[in-house]
Amino acid sequence: MEMLDLAGWHPIAASSDLPTRHVFHGQLLGREFAVWRADDGFVNVWENRCLHRGVRLSLGLNDGRELRCLYHGWRYSSRSAGCTYIPAHPADAPARTICNRTYDAVEAAGMVWSSVAPEAEFALPEVLAGADPLVLRPVPVNAAPGVALALAEGLLPDARAIGAASVSFAEAGLVVFVQPLDAHRCVLRGVLLAQPDDRMAALRYHDGVLCGLRDRIEASGEVAPPPLEVGFQPVDAALAEMPARARSGPKAELRVQVARKWDAAQDVAGFQLRAVRGVLPAFQPGAHIDVHLPNGMSRQYSITNAPGESDYTIGVKRDAAGRGGSVCLHGDVREGDVLAISAPRNNFPLRRDSEKVLLIAGGIGITPMLAMAQALQVQGIPYALHVFARSEAHVPFADRLAGLAVTRHLGLDAAGTGAVLGDILSGYAFSHHVYVCGPAPMLTATREIAAGAGWPEEAVHFEYFANPEVIDDSTSFEIALARSAMTLQVPAGRSILEVLQENGVDVPSSCEQGACGTCVCGVLEGEPEHQDVYLSAAERAANDQIMTCVSRARSARLVLDI
Amino acid sequence: MMAQPCTDTVMLEHWHPVVSLDELRGAGRCRTVLLDRPVEIVRAAGGARVLCDSAPVQTLVQYGYVWASFGTAPAPLFPFPEFDEADRRFVVTGVFGVQVSAGRAIENFLDMGHFPYVHTGILGEEPHTEVKEYDVEISQSRDEILATRCRFYQPKAAVSSDEGADVEYIYRVPHPNCSVLYKSSPVDETRLDAIYIFVQPMGQEKIRAHTGMCIIDDASTDLDIRSFQQTIFGQDKPILENQYPRRLPLDPRAETPIRADKSAIAYRRWLAAKGLGWGVIPAGA
Ligand code: FES
Ligand SMILES: [Fe+2]
Repeated sequence: MEMLDLAGWHPIAASSDLPTRHVFHGQLLGREFAVWRADDGFVNVWENRCLHRGVRLSLGLNDGRELRCLYHGWRYSSRSAGCTYIPAHPADAPARTICNRTYDAVEAAGMVWSSVAPEAEFALPEVLAGADPLVLRPVPVNAAPGVALALAEGLLPDARAIGAASVSFAEAGLVVFVQPLDAHRCVLRGVLLAQPDDRMAALRYHDGVLCGLRDRIEASGEVAPPPLEVGFQPVDAALAEMPARARSGPKAELRVQVARKWDAAQDVAGFQLRAVRGVLPAFQPGAHIDVHLPNGMSRQYSITNAPGESDYTIGVKRDAAGRGGSVCLHGDVREGDVLAISAPRNNFPLRRDSEKVLLIAGGIGITPMLAMAQALQVQGIPYALHVFARSEAHVPFADRLAGLAVTRHLGLDAAGTGAVLGDILSGYAFSHHVYVCGPAPMLTATREIAAGAGWPEEAVHFEYFANPEVIDDSTSFEIALARSAMTLQVPAGRSILEVLQENGVDVPSSCEQGACGTCVCGVLEGEPEHQDVYLSAAERAANDQIMTCVSRARSARLVLDI
Repeated sequence: MMAQPCTDTVMLEHWHPVVSLDELRGAGRCRTVLLDRPVEIVRAAGGARVLCDSAPVQTLVQYGYVWASFGTAPAPLFPFPEFDEADRRFVVTGVFGVQVSAGRAIENFLDMGHFPYVHTGILGEEPHTEVKEYDVEISQSRDEILATRCRFYQPKAAVSSDEGADVEYIYRVPHPNCSVLYKSSPVDETRLDAIYIFVQPMGQEKIRAHTGMCIIDDASTDLDIRSFQQTIFGQDKPILENQYPRRLPLDPRAETPIRADKSAIAYRRWLAAKGLGWGVIPAGA
């Protein structure tokens, strides 16, 4: 028997098998696929098995951007196949490495083509070049693919083999592809090279030809080989235990090209970043990336995109008085430039177990809120987005706001803003959540007004752009690392994070000013001196975690869980 | 035809349910399959007798079921004291044939995370999807898994309840293929209803799930209780039959657990430690 060719490209579905929001069960060489088309037309071909508990994803729900598993509702993003949400733990961001196995797919000539282990890019079989083909009904056959192919060649008059997996039947303009489902089963996929005049008659006639062919192949009595044994790739070792936090320093593992740069509002530049190679990892609403700039700086920007979009879009506000990151992006970075960025990291996760979500954005603080609003909109969870800005011209990404549940509050002073916030935040009820991002005074006001209106702290989620506090780094103290069994001295003028990194302890970090939450570390003993704006009052008071980039010790010694 | 009979000593040395007395009473006799062997159960003095190829098989009648074992010295069956409490109703809610391994069925029984998605509007409902922190231990005093402090929001937790509430659960897994869950009775808050699943492993990927309960409830009829449980199991069956692979993988890297799956993680480890090799995909296989 001939070896089954894992590198070959085969048709696995007709385009018409993928109507809007459907998930199709495909098969190739012993593998099962979940095949689905996103609303933007992209065709996903994934291993048909949820990474969580193995349920077939072809049972899942296609919402146009994400695929939702039927068993526990895990959501996977179109294109990257990364997991974006785990409903059992609504307050956590899923580990980035939870990502389904994907297969390459190309849609051409009315069919979807895929390959198990492609060695070359897809090339349309020459017979189909320039054709406007009519795809016939697939006819499954209980026979080895090689046997079916050889017999088809012998049984159809005027047939000749034209490729590893197809025969053509010249006279009637019929090409038959043999899709190998497994070692012992295949599908005859017939294509008419031109649209016939009488469609019904042609469909009926050729269906008869293919069914006759199937009957004769199955009657040939060739013994089919046993099915292929297909193993599954094991999941990441780190995920196999209950996943802990990812441990990685500030990395720049991705390369993106600026596909578009435009004025997203007054003083705000929009950047659309596209993968230089492959597919960008899935992001979750609230996630940010570190952008490494030509001037050597690294800055954090929230991703504004809706679920399932292929590029990352960020908004950068020009801040002439800032440290130079925004000026560099505004002035020096152009369309076509290549930038290094980190993978998305989410320290501002969106709970979706809410009955109502309030999103409050001030100025450029709209960027994470946009991603959240679009995700909630797609999922049908009630929400209201409130945008505060100086004027309409100062509202970034107005194009993305169309179709969202948005209210604009323009040109208000501090007192006016406070009054509006008071209105918005009245009427707290169980299972409501508020998210706020904007300038520090507005965040502080929102938190105070929410607390006064009866919002519990755990229902109020916030993200500062920057830490407005002046950091006092004049103290010195000792840190003991419980897991690495090391004791280190933190002198005045250096942060815990710097001391850790200098001593080879890998701690992830991003903003390095106590705003983003990436460098958090557990505290086992001692009293931290909190100087960050990430932790809530209750989290601070618990004294069991610390932002190592800015916070220090009130006690002479801290024991860290690292 | 039938697969090679199971030779796994862990499975052979356990008692397995084959039929409820309820069903046997009505039918008089019953033929079924256990561990890839055909068995026949007939009524006899003391309750029932199990035969395999006309030869007698060790038989036990307990907890409303006939149990059989092919082992040399199967340990006594786990304790289930609620069965003997006089004021409880014992209701056999049905037996369900499912194309899946026993392990997958037990995991499904232990799993709260699927309530809002699979038992929508009954045992769970969006947006209340969170599985709150709970405790799992392998009991020191006896060889069983115990999950406590499990709480989940339920829109309609039992036949007799009609509004939503956080319901508290305790799960026991005292046998590789049997589990009992306890939840606050909607009728009497101080007592716990006991709901069991006893899985009869017909083959490695084929089971009969025997379900029933011992509850404090005198308002609902047996029929109500049965229909409720039939609805629930009817929702689980298509999911179970689409888990892939069907056998329970014991390699920790085969699937992706989350904190909500603590009890399943403990269950897989416990099975692996017993050296079970049948109906599962052993680690390193
Ligand atoms: S098996 Fe898919 S979400 Fe659990
Ligand atoms: Fe269930």
